[in-house]
Amino acid sequence: MLKVEFDEDRCKGCELCTDACPKNIVIMAEHFNAMGFHPATVVEQEKCISCGFCARMCPDVVITVRKEEKK
Amino acid sequence: MITVFERPKALTAVKTHYCPGCTHGIIHRLVAEVIDELGVQEETIGVSPVGCAVLAYNYFDVDMQEAAHGRAPAVATGIKRVHPDKVVFTYQGDGDLASIGTAEIVHAAARSEKITTIFVNNATYGMTGGQMAPTTLVGQVSTTSPRGRDSAIQGYPIRVSEMLATIEGAVYIARVSVHNPQEVAKAKKAIKTAFELQIAGRGFTLVEILSTCPTNWGYSPKDALKWLVDNMIPIYPLGVKKTLEEGKS
Amino acid sequence: MAKVLMKGNEALGEAAIRAGCRYFFGYPITPQNEIPQYLAKRLPEVGGVFLQAESEIAAINMVYGAAGSGARVMTSSSSPGISLKQEGITYIAGAELPCVIVNMQRGGPGLGSIQPAQSDYFQAVKGGGHGDYKLLVLAPATIQEMVDMMGKAFDLADEYRNPVMILGDGILGQMMEGVEFPAEETALTLAEKPWATTGAKGRKPNLINSLFLDPVELEQHNHHLQRKYDRMAKEVLWENYRTDDAEVVLVGYGSSARIAKAAVDLARAHGIKAGLFRPITLFPFPKAALQEACKQANHVLTVEMSMGQLVEDVRYNLEFKVPVHFYGRSGGMVPTTRAVLEEIIRWAHSGEEDKA
Repeated sequence: MLKVEFDEDRCKGCELCTDACPKNIVIMAEHFNAMGFHPATVVEQEKCISCGFCARMCPDVVITVRKEEKK
Repeated sequence: MITVFERPKALTAVKTHYCPGCTHGIIHRLVAEVIDELGVQEETIGVSPVGCAVLAYNYFDVDMQEAAHGRAPAVATGIKRVHPDKVVFTYQGDGDLASIGTAEIVHAAARSEKITTIFVNNATYGMTGGQMAPTTLVGQVSTTSPRGRDSAIQGYPIRVSEMLATIEGAVYIARVSVHNPQEVAKAKKAIKTAFELQIAGRGFTLVEILSTCPTNWGYSPKDALKWLVDNMIPIYPLGVKKTLEEGKS
Repeated sequence: MAKVLMKGNEALGEAAIRAGCRYFFGYPITPQNEIPQYLAKRLPEVGGVFLQAESEIAAINMVYGAAGSGARVMTSSSSPGISLKQEGITYIAGAELPCVIVNMQRGGPGLGSIQPAQSDYFQAVKGGGHGDYKLLVLAPATIQEMVDMMGKAFDLADEYRNPVMILGDGILGQMMEGVEFPAEETALTLAEKPWATTGAKGRKPNLINSLFLDPVELEQHNHHLQRKYDRMAKEVLWENYRTDDAEVVLVGYGSSARIAKAAVDLARAHGIKAGLFRPITLFPFPKAALQEACKQANHVLTVEMSMGQLVEDVRYNLEFKVPVHFYGRSGGMVPTTRAVLEEIIRWAHSGEEDKA
C-alpha cells in the first residue's frame, strides 16, 4: 500500500499539490493520463510524512494518503 | 497502514467539470468533509443555483435542488420551512449572490433563516466566460470591462461579508480562502462552525470563500492563487465578521 | 356545514387550508392582499407556515423549494406580481413540481390599475415564461366555485406534478358571497412524493431540477411534458347556460360570464335566442363542448375584461366555422349587462345570418 496514492485519471495537471508538499516530492509525471494531462505523482514514497497537504490542495480528490500504523 | 485522507462520503466519485486548478473542487470537498464529520449526509438538502457550480448536484451525494440564478436563498427558505429539522445549505457564486441575488441573501439573513450559505467569490462570472461581477476588482480586466473595471463607470466591489455582518439575523459570517493548506484548514473550520450553528438552530450563517478562476483570469492555477493573495485579499480581508460568541475566531 | 358570508380572497385562503395547504409564500399587491392577510392568521393555527417574501420573485422560488420538499404549497398575487413570478413558474413546470398559484387579475399593462381585469389570459394559458410548458388553469366565477376549485387545484397539482393556476380577478377577490366549505379537515389522503427532497435516508439522493444540458435529454423531457399536458384533457370543465337552441352564443369566464348570463336572460326576454358557454378550465380548453354549444349559433360573442384575448382561442377552437365577435372593457372598467345586451341585439339582427 502506498503512503500517498494518485488516482491518475482524475488529475487535471493543475499542479497545486506540488507547491503544497513540505517535502517537495510531488512532481508531474512524464506520461499522459486518459484526459491528456501530465498527472501528479510521488516517486520518493519513503520521504512522504503523510501530512496530506497535497490532498488538501487537490481540487479533484485525486490523492489518498495513508500513514504507517504505530505499533 | 491507516488512511488519513480520502474522498469524503458526501462527495460522489463523479469527476467534476471544473477547469484544472479551479478551487471550487477544494471547496466542494470541504463542505462534504464537514457533512461527513457532522454525520448529517442523510439529513442534508443542498441548493445549487445557476453558475459554474450549478452542477454541484452531481457532486454532493445528498438531496439537492437546482435553483434559478440568484434565488437559492429563497429556495432554501422554502425547503427549511418545510423541513426545519434538516440541514439546508446553498452553494452560490459571486455573480449569483452579489448581483442578481442580493435581495434574496440579504432577506434570508434578515429573517435569520436557519440555513448555511457557501459563498464562492472569484471576482468574475465563470460559467458564462469571464464577465465583470459586482466583486470584480477596480482595474480588473474582464470580458465586460475590457479596459479594466473603471470605478467612475462601474463603481466598486461589494464586500458581502461585511455588509451581511450588519444584519442582526446573521449569526455567523466569515471570509476565508483556500490558497494554501493552512488556509484550507481554516476554511473548513469556518464551514463546520456555520453548519454547527445551523444545526443548533441559532440562525443564518454564511462563509465567503475567496476562490480562483484560472481560465477566465488568464493565469495558471498556481499563478491564480498568487493573484488572489496579492490582489483579492487586500480588498476582501479574511476573518470572522460576525459571530455570537465574542472573541471566538 | 352552514353557509358563511365571506370575502372572496378570504374564502380562498380558508379553502386552501381545508385542502391541506400548509405553506404560503407571498407579497403584498392589491387586489389580493386579503389572501396573505387571512393566511397570516390562519396558517399558524393549523401548524402551517406563512411567510411574506421580499419580492414576488423570492416568493415563487420559496414555493419551488417547498414544493420540491413535498409540501402542499401556494402563492397568490395580482397581474404585475404574476409577471414577476414567470421565471419561477417555468422552473416549477420544468422541474415538474405541484403547487397552486392564484392570480387576482387587475388592470394592465404596466402598473395599470387595481380594479378587476382579465387581460392576463394569454399569460396564463399560453405561458408567460420561457419554453414550452402549460399551467392547468381554472377560472371560477363565484366564490363558492373558487372554494371548490381550491381543493381540486391541489389534487390536480399533485396528480400531474404541475403548477395549477386559479385565475380570478379583483371582483371575485373583493366581493362577498355566501359560501359553504368542505367539512373541517376532511381526512385528506395526500399523495406520496418519493421524489421530494426530504433528506436521502435509506434511498438514493433525489434531485429537483430543470437543467438538461444535453439537448437530446431536454427534447425527451419536452415530449414527456407534452404527453402530460395531453393527459390533462380529461380535466376539462365548462357550463352551458341556455345554449341548446341559442343563435347567439356568448362565451366568457369568471366575472364576465356572470354579466353575460344576465344579458342572455334579458335577450331571451326580448325574444332573442341567446345562450352562454362558460369555460371553467382555460387549459385544457373545452373545445368539443364549445363546438357542441355553438353548433346552431349564427354568431358567437366573447365578453371579456380585456382588449380581446379569449376571443382568439374561441375562433381557433371553433375552427373559424362561425363568426366570432368580441365585446370587452379594459383598464379595470367592467362591462354592463345593458351594453352586452346591445351587442347581442346588434349581432342577432345583423344581416350575416347565413353562415359564411
